[in-house]
Amino acid sequence: MSTTTPEPGWLQRNRMTITPLLFLLPGVLFFLVYVISPIIQSFNISLYEWDGLGEATFVGLRNYEELASDRAFEISLWNNLKWLALYLLAIPAGLFIALFLNQNVVGIRLYKSLFFFPFVISQVVVGLVFSWFYLPREGLLNAVITTFGFDPLNILGDPTLATYGIIAAGLWPQTAYCMILYLTGLNAVDPEQIEAGRLDGAKGVRMLWHVILPQLKPATFIAFVVTIIGALRSFDLISIMTNGGPFGSTRVLSFYMFEKALSEYGFRMGYGSAIAVVLFLIMLVFIAYFLWSMYREERAARR
Amino acid sequence: MFPTPIEKRSRGAQISYQALLPVALLMWLLPLVAVALFSIRPLADFTNGNYWGVPSSFEFFTNYGKVFFESDMPRYMLNSFLITVPTVVGAVALSTMTGFALGIYRFRGNLLIFFMFIAGNFVPFQILMVPVRDLTVSAGLYDTKMGLVLFHIAFQTGFCTLFMRNFIRALPFELIEAARVEGIAEWRIFWFVVLPLMKPALAALAVLIFTFIWNDYFWAIVLTQGPDAQPVTAGITSFNSQFVAQYHLMSAGSIVAAIPPVAMFFLMQRHFIAGLTLGAVK
Repeated sequence: MSTTTPEPGWLQRNRMTITPLLFLLPGVLFFLVYVISPIIQSFNISLYEWDGLGEATFVGLRNYEELASDRAFEISLWNNLKWLALYLLAIPAGLFIALFLNQNVVGIRLYKSLFFFPFVISQVVVGLVFSWFYLPREGLLNAVITTFGFDPLNILGDPTLATYGIIAAGLWPQTAYCMILYLTGLNAVDPEQIEAGRLDGAKGVRMLWHVILPQLKPATFIAFVVTIIGALRSFDLISIMTNGGPFGSTRVLSFYMFEKALSEYGFRMGYGSAIAVVLFLIMLVFIAYFLWSMYREERAARR
Repeated sequence: MFPTPIEKRSRGAQISYQALLPVALLMWLLPLVAVALFSIRPLADFTNGNYWGVPSSFEFFTNYGKVFFESDMPRYMLNSFLITVPTVVGAVALSTMTGFALGIYRFRGNLLIFFMFIAGNFVPFQILMVPVRDLTVSAGLYDTKMGLVLFHIAFQTGFCTLFMRNFIRALPFELIEAARVEGIAEWRIFWFVVLPLMKPALAALAVLIFTFIWNDYFWAIVLTQGPDAQPVTAGITSFNSQFVAQYHLMSAGSIVAAIPPVAMFFLMQRHFIAGLTLGAVK
């Protein structure tokens, strides 16, 4: 059957599909080439023994079997857990500072910016700053604690302390980040609810717990997301402050992977990829949870 | 406001709060203060063990002059700019487009593509390392600024798309519908209706990405080596091995390396914080 009225062109009819596709194309293409396909390739490479140049030999799951008995891998995994647990302290610490600074006195804006300052500096500089701060002879930390009569510490030279020293350095910018999230959140807290809470006799911690924190939920969620990702991505500080030492005691998975694949310890791309896959799978648990939460919100906000 | 505004408290509380603020700030920034103090000392102070006493002389200009004129530092700084600025432009441009497509149109797979960007943005970099390095080497872009820029654009597009899409979602949709009723072509709606409304988002994203990329270290050491292409975060380690144990110069060097993102932050503070806290308030 033929229509009598001239049809609008194919382009015109499908413009509501064509336009978004064209707009998406460059971004999606870039992302597929540089992010999505490398993830899949890494899974594949982890099944090979490969030095990055010559022929790759298929070894099946042998890289993973080797991981199971690799002492350095075990230490890295434990350190990752320490990072994850202790890094979360940035959230209450950030909330604490935000509550301290949430006032309207002269110059408070400058104070807020200066407290936020550590986050803007690169982790490389943070690492350097803290490794000098910890120096056994020249460092300010020991200058302070010896005046109080304590013995000087060599934090980064002590295998039992070094990881904690690095985490403390990492907490510095991370706390600043959480602080700014909470400051923004506190700004948006509904004053009427606070008044209502006051009338009900809520004060201090009770008010914080029952009235304020529920309203800060979006800020807390983002603080969790960025802190967990930050903890699992930690690399710069370790590379700068101890380079994995002393005796490999500060390695984490991301650092160990780099060491195995790209440093003087050898170019074992397959083994490195296997470590990266493990790290990815740990992260996947969190990514899945974050996506699930966001998906529920999207559903609720569907227009 | 929570906690109770200090001006409603007793005079004593007000005074102690005002006094506590600078003390707390000093303690918070103590490691940084230490570095700043190191950077103006002469070498003699370090050999004499005078680390925290009064500096025997004030060597601000000598030390920072050395950083600028007797090292590769200016070169690394230039590299950082040449890597950071194109990345900002590229990532913001690409993500404005993807954000527009995902925020305005309803089509099958919309949410799927959106979630692909978010998920990719969360992955640990290390899983990308071997294939991306391999890709860069085989494209002949290893140890070039271009190699870094291309990767950074691609990776940042994930976060930027999340940001842009959510921003576009919050725009009044009636404007776009009105434009459609007028029969305005879709790309003109993008250019003349949506883009002008996105200025705050563009500014916020640009400052944020500038800081992220300037501060990147991991990809700098994976994809570059040597002063031809290395940005300052990676270059500073060679700088430090040039001036090993000369803490006054190393301190000055790291302060110089940290300045551009800090300056960016203080100049564009409002945009920076708006970008960082997007989603922290509903």
